[in-house]
Amino acid sequence: MRTVVIVDDHAMFRGGVRAELAGRVEVVAEAEDVDTAIDAVLRHEPEVVLLDVHLPGGGGVEVMRRVGGRAPGTRFLALSVSDAAEDVIGTIRGGARGYVTKTITGPELVDAIERVSIGDAVFSPRLAGFVLDAFAGSIEVAQIDEDLDRLTEREREVMRLIARGYAYKEVASELFISVKTVETHVSSVLRKLQLSSRHELTRWANDRRLL
Amino acid sequence: MAGPRVLCDDGMTMSAPSADRWVERPARRAFRSVDDSYVGGVAGGLAAHLGVDAFYVRVFFAVTAFFGFGLIFYAGLWIMLPLDAAPPAESPGLEAATRQGKRPARKRRLKDAGVLVALGAVAVGVAGVVDVLFGGPALFWPALIAVGGVMVLWRQADEAQRERWIDGTGRLDVRRFIVGDGGVAAYARLASGVGLLVVALLIFAAQSGRVGVARDVVLAGALGVVGLLLVLGPWLARLVSDLGEERAARVRSQERADVAAHLHDSVLQTLALIQKNAADPAQVAKLARAQERDLRSWMYGEATTPAGSLAAALKATAAEVEDTHGVPVEVVTVGDLTVGENAVPLLHATREAIVNAAKHSDAAKIDVYAEVHPGDAEVFVRDRGRGFDPDEVAADRLGVRNSIVARMERHGGSAEVRSSPGQGTEVRLRLPINAEQQTGGPV
Repeated sequence: MRTVVIVDDHAMFRGGVRAELAGRVEVVAEAEDVDTAIDAVLRHEPEVVLLDVHLPGGGGVEVMRRVGGRAPGTRFLALSVSDAAEDVIGTIRGGARGYVTKTITGPELVDAIERVSIGDAVFSPRLAGFVLDAFAGSIEVAQIDEDLDRLTEREREVMRLIARGYAYKEVASELFISVKTVETHVSSVLRKLQLSSRHELTRWANDRRLL
Repeated sequence: MAGPRVLCDDGMTMSAPSADRWVERPARRAFRSVDDSYVGGVAGGLAAHLGVDAFYVRVFFAVTAFFGFGLIFYAGLWIMLPLDAAPPAESPGLEAATRQGKRPARKRRLKDAGVLVALGAVAVGVAGVVDVLFGGPALFWPALIAVGGVMVLWRQADEAQRERWIDGTGRLDVRRFIVGDGGVAAYARLASGVGLLVVALLIFAAQSGRVGVARDVVLAGALGVVGLLLVLGPWLARLVSDLGEERAARVRSQERADVAAHLHDSVLQTLALIQKNAADPAQVAKLARAQERDLRSWMYGEATTPAGSLAAALKATAAEVEDTHGVPVEVVTVGDLTVGENAVPLLHATREAIVNAAKHSDAAKIDVYAEVHPGDAEVFVRDRGRGFDPDEVAADRLGVRNSIVARMERHGGSAEVRSSPGQGTEVRLRLPINAEQQTGGPV
């Protein structure tokens, strides 16, 4: 069973998630703000941290920033009631491996935890939409310093299908590729989203005051 | 698939936005940059506005500074351009979360050494100009020091304004107006700015004392007045703009209080209804979902989704279907367009597809994805429900064929229905649009 720390400032919500996950993952600790979250993560080094985006003390991004490299085995999955672009992109760029909203069903959440814990990325249709928006347009080939700054045609196709509501399995069969390949594409998009300094992306983020 | 099904649901009319409604795009304004700033953020802001690299703008200012023109231009822009940190109207939920420290605060880059160097360089430039204009090295050092003092004070004006914004409590008094939230740095800036000015005057007086005391006194007085105007100029200008923003913020907060009251009222109603319907899970889920959508769009909704846009129209349609049929509809849009007369068929067809999915598919959720390209708009409506075999739908069943496929084709677009039993259904709609209607997205 995967070890999980639940970080959320609403005790009622923590209790709900804990009950929903009971028996399917091992919840080793809960935390209610940035400081207690960092404590819990460093002490237990869980495989996955379910991280609320809005958190007293600077938000979930602050937790990831301050934990830094001190819990190398731990991956963060953002869980939020907000699906504002600012929060979603900001959290991913802060280091989360995925972003799901709190209306997610129990089995879907368990699935997302599993996926994140083995190093894959969890993209919701909305996140895929944001990515397509942020990487919209084509730039002159001569202007591309790094591959980081654009999506490949294949990655764009994968993102479009996810935005259309396809599960990874369905994306795979639609594009005649394996699920593993879909996961590789999604992880690569996640990396670009986190690391790209592409002008459009930084401006897009700047317009929304993320950086 | 058992038994004939009616795929059509044409009994409802849809309130399509009229064609003459258009989205007003706000005029692009130049700001001084908070993040990309060495002296006053003018170069950084101008670069962002003009879409060129800030480096070239800085070089331009640095070079022209030696002819005086660049300096005057820079100082003028510093006074006239507002800081770009003026709070953009975020949704109330995000604003509240920010105020309570639940979201990361805006980052400030500290480039103190860089700022000092830049301030010094500009000050030397100004002094050089004064030197050239009025002649005589006697004026060089006082002018240099005075310009340095003024710049330090202007910076403090910026800092104080920014701190007032970040604070968000909306208090405005003289002390906060001048020193912001206080702190050693603010007072140090004030003291060193004023100190530099005084020193400049003293040196000037001492140096020119040899020539004639009377003229010195006059000049010193004149310089004092000019200096005072220079120092207070930005504060006065910003006081006026701050007051305007405060007024706007008050109006906004009143509107929000009204909406909040309305929402809380509706939450109470919903809670009452949920208690009454506790025995009917479907009804409870439907009520909760509708209320959640209401609250979510108010708390975290894109404040910028303009009425009359495709995204807004799709969300409204989705909300309506959710309410009627109790199936969650998730809408994701990439790019957007202003809904004119010719986009209406696309909305009608989309609506038809969503209603069909909600009524017949038994899917737990419907995904709607819209993407606007230059030249056309595409909408995908996807469910993971029962699905059907499109070949077996009898010719006399007009739902899909008439209201979706034929409608789209009549208007120059296309529609494609992909479905198979057990795999769910996806309807793909495509419609050409005028490029000028597009308001964002892939270019």
